[in-house]
Amino acid sequence: MPQTLKPQDAGQVAEVLAWAAAEEKTMALVGGGSKAALGRPVTTDYRLDLSALNGVSLYEPEELVLRAAAATPLGQIQAMLAQQRQQLAFEPPDFGDLYQSMEQQTIGGVLATNLAGPRRIKAGAARDHFLGVQGISGRGTAFKSGGRVVKNVTGYDLCKLMAGSFGTLAALTEVTVKVLPAPEKVRTVLLFGLDDAAAIVAMSQAAGSPYEVSGLAHLPSAIAAHSAVSYVGGAGAAVTAARLEGPAPSVAHRTAALRAQWGAVGAVEELHGQNSAVLWREIANVASLLPDPHAVIWKLSVTPSLGAAAAAAALAMGGQVYYDWAGGLLWLALRHQDRAQDDGGAALVRSALNEPDSGHATLIRGPDALRGRIDVFQPSAPPLAALIGRIKDSFDPRRILNPGRMYGDI
Amino acid sequence: MRMPEPDADVLVRRLGLVAALRKIVPGEGVIADDVALRVYESDGLTAYRQTPLCVVLPDTVEQVSAVMRLCDAWGAKIVPRGAGTSLSGGALPLADGIVLGLGKFNKVLEIDYDNRAVRVQPGVTNLGISQAVEAAGFYYAPDPSSQIACSIGGNVAENAGGVHCLKYGVTTNNLLGLEMVLLSGEVIRLGGKHLDSGGYDLMGILTGSEGLLGVITEVTVRILKQPETARAVLIGFPSSEAAGACVAQVIGAGIIPGGMEMMDQAAIHAAEEFCQAGYPLEAEALLIVELDGPRAEVDYLIEKVSGIALACGANSLRASETEAERTAFWAGRKAAFPAIGRISPDYLCMDGTIPRNRLPEVLARIRILSDHYGLRVANVFHAGDGNLHPLILYDANAGELEAAEQFGADILRLCVEVGGVLTGEHGVGVEKRDLMGAAFTEEDLAQQQRLKCAFDPNGRLNPGKVFPVLHRCAELGRMHIHKGQLPFPEIPRF
Repeated sequence: MPQTLKPQDAGQVAEVLAWAAAEEKTMALVGGGSKAALGRPVTTDYRLDLSALNGVSLYEPEELVLRAAAATPLGQIQAMLAQQRQQLAFEPPDFGDLYQSMEQQTIGGVLATNLAGPRRIKAGAARDHFLGVQGISGRGTAFKSGGRVVKNVTGYDLCKLMAGSFGTLAALTEVTVKVLPAPEKVRTVLLFGLDDAAAIVAMSQAAGSPYEVSGLAHLPSAIAAHSAVSYVGGAGAAVTAARLEGPAPSVAHRTAALRAQWGAVGAVEELHGQNSAVLWREIANVASLLPDPHAVIWKLSVTPSLGAAAAAAALAMGGQVYYDWAGGLLWLALRHQDRAQDDGGAALVRSALNEPDSGHATLIRGPDALRGRIDVFQPSAPPLAALIGRIKDSFDPRRILNPGRMYGDI
Repeated sequence: MRMPEPDADVLVRRLGLVAALRKIVPGEGVIADDVALRVYESDGLTAYRQTPLCVVLPDTVEQVSAVMRLCDAWGAKIVPRGAGTSLSGGALPLADGIVLGLGKFNKVLEIDYDNRAVRVQPGVTNLGISQAVEAAGFYYAPDPSSQIACSIGGNVAENAGGVHCLKYGVTTNNLLGLEMVLLSGEVIRLGGKHLDSGGYDLMGILTGSEGLLGVITEVTVRILKQPETARAVLIGFPSSEAAGACVAQVIGAGIIPGGMEMMDQAAIHAAEEFCQAGYPLEAEALLIVELDGPRAEVDYLIEKVSGIALACGANSLRASETEAERTAFWAGRKAAFPAIGRISPDYLCMDGTIPRNRLPEVLARIRILSDHYGLRVANVFHAGDGNLHPLILYDANAGELEAAEQFGADILRLCVEVGGVLTGEHGVGVEKRDLMGAAFTEEDLAQQQRLKCAFDPNGRLNPGKVFPVLHRCAELGRMHIHKGQLPFPEIPRF
């Protein structure tokens, strides 16, 4: 284990990183440590524990804004929001069970990995709610971008760049996020018995309807059987699900309309609040629907209409898959032989994405050795890969921050 | 406004550059005639003018690529231009630069209803996208007021907004894919019809980069199904405080309206005189709240909003019962700028964003500044998202431009002071460039410029915009190293 340094405030983070840049000492950034197994494993001279950067400094419900030190536990923020009937609309997933980790996720970690749940299709990703950032670059200098207002075009939008950069550009110290009202009412319409291709057509129809669907997922029957929601787990058939949220009269109207639309395709059922909450949490958090603890887990973001085709090769190899984001997000479990020549299905999975612009695949869970050996993130074509390298250097010229976490040399 | 000193060497070799460009873009695609160039002297910020070296209007990505490489080799600057509607001078030409116009990239390439995506060339207008999918009941959500004319490429470069941003987001929240050409001529494709980036979110950085990082040659946007219905409420208040309280309480009640616009008395009167929208002239502040969605939802929320407004002391309130009435409510707001143009020889349109709850204080201080400068001001406000557009009335022929600009700068500094920002949707450009220091430290700006260097190492793309001081990339990249022991023994180690 490398030695851990625990700066007490943003100023100390800057001092440590300025020193590390000068001495070319590499640093693994850790907030809560809940996502240590996400991305490629890093070997560094030091571990930089940012957990002292903790606390909500501003929360104005009527302004829909919250500002917190980057390592503030997500659970603490969600509890504050719930008291005001508000939420982070991008629905950050909890991979605690997936990684069998007891660590708490932090708001900075959620943003740095740009994770979003089923509501992504309507509300956007973490990056879409990231209004302002303060951070320390790999040069050891403090910078800020954005602010606390939703409409802001003052300078480059560095929040977007920080989102999904996995701590390879800067140590985030303070973040400001947009918060939104929690829905007054939630209903889920279930449609039974469709194969994957037919389900994607049904989801596309629902997504293209005026019913403002805030979740669209399809669980093939073997996956649905794992659900704790009896209507889903006991269905004995594939289950396609659509979530409707909003004011009560609106949800009633839209639920009835979607039931009528989907009712023409197959048998339908309806979940109320509590069951809805359980089902969508299962879909977001993955572990209970793909319970084999030895399987490697891939996440594919694809053109939704190509979702079923993208899954075909993996299914033929005995993999298991379910669909979120109206077919545009595939959660794929593959059996893994822990041998040096095994690529965890990388070639197989990525061969489904050979068409230009068709999407990207990320290995979400796999043994350290595998994650160190293969491309965890989708590799880029040469001009883009070179640009990514130059962007890295513009923040972290000595490449001291989380080296190798995303790509071999980044 | 000082622009970077033109490179005399480039100016001298102008004709050679024009000849070389004509080998890449034949025929009328290179404009070098002095009279024809005048069309391109300025954009929507007409106070500034500059004749470029020439204008190049390519119609293929290969041509864009070759033009970029050639200009880089010649040391000529490049100012990308969409429809030229920028209100901040983003497309203001440089004396030693070409204007690279994307107007010929005007095709809708693909409409994909299954994936709710439209792929277009960057010169397609914002409204053109919605029109292309209108028959199928879809639309593209961001709707800047220049949407008839402004191009989607320009929308991406400026991260354009509109009146529906609070509910539907701005450009960056509605993009799925981009193609861009780097200064090196390399073509990079980002995204597609899927969601999120697999690596760094370069699309997020390109959006709002004001033409300083690359030239956008293709855009994929997501489209939405049109809401079943929309209704608006027109509410008059005796004070901006009461109107502001209403806005806060609507949001506090968990309601996110499709649009929520506020006008102050000066704007109400100008609009009413201009188009007789039926606005209450006695109101100090007018609020238009629009709800969209299923009929059942809209009717329910109209009731809730009306109740909140009356409790906040509204002295007039009308909810639209017909589509014609809803359109009439908006007519005055949408005509606010020309209405101001009618009562004043010239006006400056400012564009700050503030935390919503600071509005009454900001309006009061704008009134004090108005008295100080002896210039009238009217305010329209995207109340939902805090984006304030003060319109400063002045007469350039009476020598009032400088005072109006100082007044505008004071307002923007005030926006920053109360926790807001210099620009919400118009961009920094040249207009707010020299105010960047009020919002950012030198290191903030240096880090932004280092990022630019990753795309444009020679500083050829739109220099003189956004950043008040230009630094060479080598200078920005230098690190000031202080070697030594790990500092601060008080930092805990384990």
